[in-house]
Amino acid sequence: MKNKLLPIFITSIFIIIFIFFYKGLQTSNIYTPQVKINNKIPSFSSELFFKGKTINSSDLFKLDQFYLLNIWSSWCVPCRQEHPLLMNLGKNNNIELIGINYKDTKINAKNFLSELGNPYRTIIFDKKGVNAIEWGAYGVPESFLIKDGIIIKRYIGPLNQKLFNEINHLIK
Amino acid sequence: MKILKLSFIFLFIFSLSSLWASNEDRSSKITKNLRCLICQGQSVYDSDSEFAISIKALVEKKLKEGFSENQIYDFFKKKYGDWILYDPNLNKNTYMLWLLPILMFLIGGAIIGKTFIIKKK
Repeated sequence: MKNKLLPIFITSIFIIIFIFFYKGLQTSNIYTPQVKINNKIPSFSSELFFKGKTINSSDLFKLDQFYLLNIWSSWCVPCRQEHPLLMNLGKNNNIELIGINYKDTKINAKNFLSELGNPYRTIIFDKKGVNAIEWGAYGVPESFLIKDGIIIKRYIGPLNQKLFNEINHLIK
Repeated sequence: MKILKLSFIFLFIFSLSSLWASNEDRSSKITKNLRCLICQGQSVYDSDSEFAISIKALVEKKLKEGFSENQIYDFFKKKYGDWILYDPNLNKNTYMLWLLPILMFLIGGAIIGKTFIIKKK
C-alpha cells in the first residue's frame, strides 16, 4: 500500500506544478497599469512654469473641485493631438486643468502654448521628469482625474473624444 | 597648525567623496532592482528611456534626502505596484514563487532518502 502511495503522491505533485507553470504561461508578461487607482495625490514641491517660484502640492489642489492633471511636452506628438480636447475641457467651469511640462525647454513649451492655446490654470515645470514619476506616470501624455485630493482615474496616452465624453460625464 | 588644518581639509574632502561614491553605489544597486516598466526585459539601470532616466534622477534625489533603500523600494511599489521590483516580497501573489523551490527540494530529498534507505536495507 505504502509503495503505491508514493508514485501517486509524486505524480500529483508534478501535475500541480505543471498546472501552475502552464497557467503562468497563459498570463501576459506585458505590464498593464491600473486605471482606477483611488490613491491620494502625492505631496511634492515643484517649480511653476511662468512665475519660476516653488509651490507645494497642497497649495495647488482644493477639496470639492475636480482637477485634470495633464503631463505634456512640446516634443510629444500625441500631446499635440489631444490638445484641442484639453482646450475644450478648459472651458468647463466644473474642472480645472493643471499641466506638468515634462522634460521640455521653456522656449519650446511657450511656442507650443502660443500656437495651440493654454488650457491650464497652473503649469508645473518638470525639467528632470521627477514630478511625473512622483505621480506614478509612465510617460507623456498622461492625465489624472482628481477630486477631494484623490486620484479617481488615470488616462495613459492621449485623450480622445470617447475619454473626453467620459470625463465630462464624471464631472457633471 | 598648518599641517593640522591641511589634514582636516583633506579628511573633509575624503569623507565627502566617499559619501558621494557610496550614494552612487546605492543608486546603481537600487536601479538594478527596479524594472523599466515601458521596456522589455530591462532594468531601470540598463535602460536609457525617458522613464528610466527620470526614475534614476528620483532615486538620486531620494538618497540625497536621506531615504533608505527599503523606503525607496516602498515608494516605487506604492506608485507602480510590486511588478516594478525584480526581487518581490513574500505575499499572497508570490508565495508559490518562494515556497515551490523549498517544497521541491524537500520532496526530492525525501525521494532520494527513501530510495537510499530502501536500497541499503
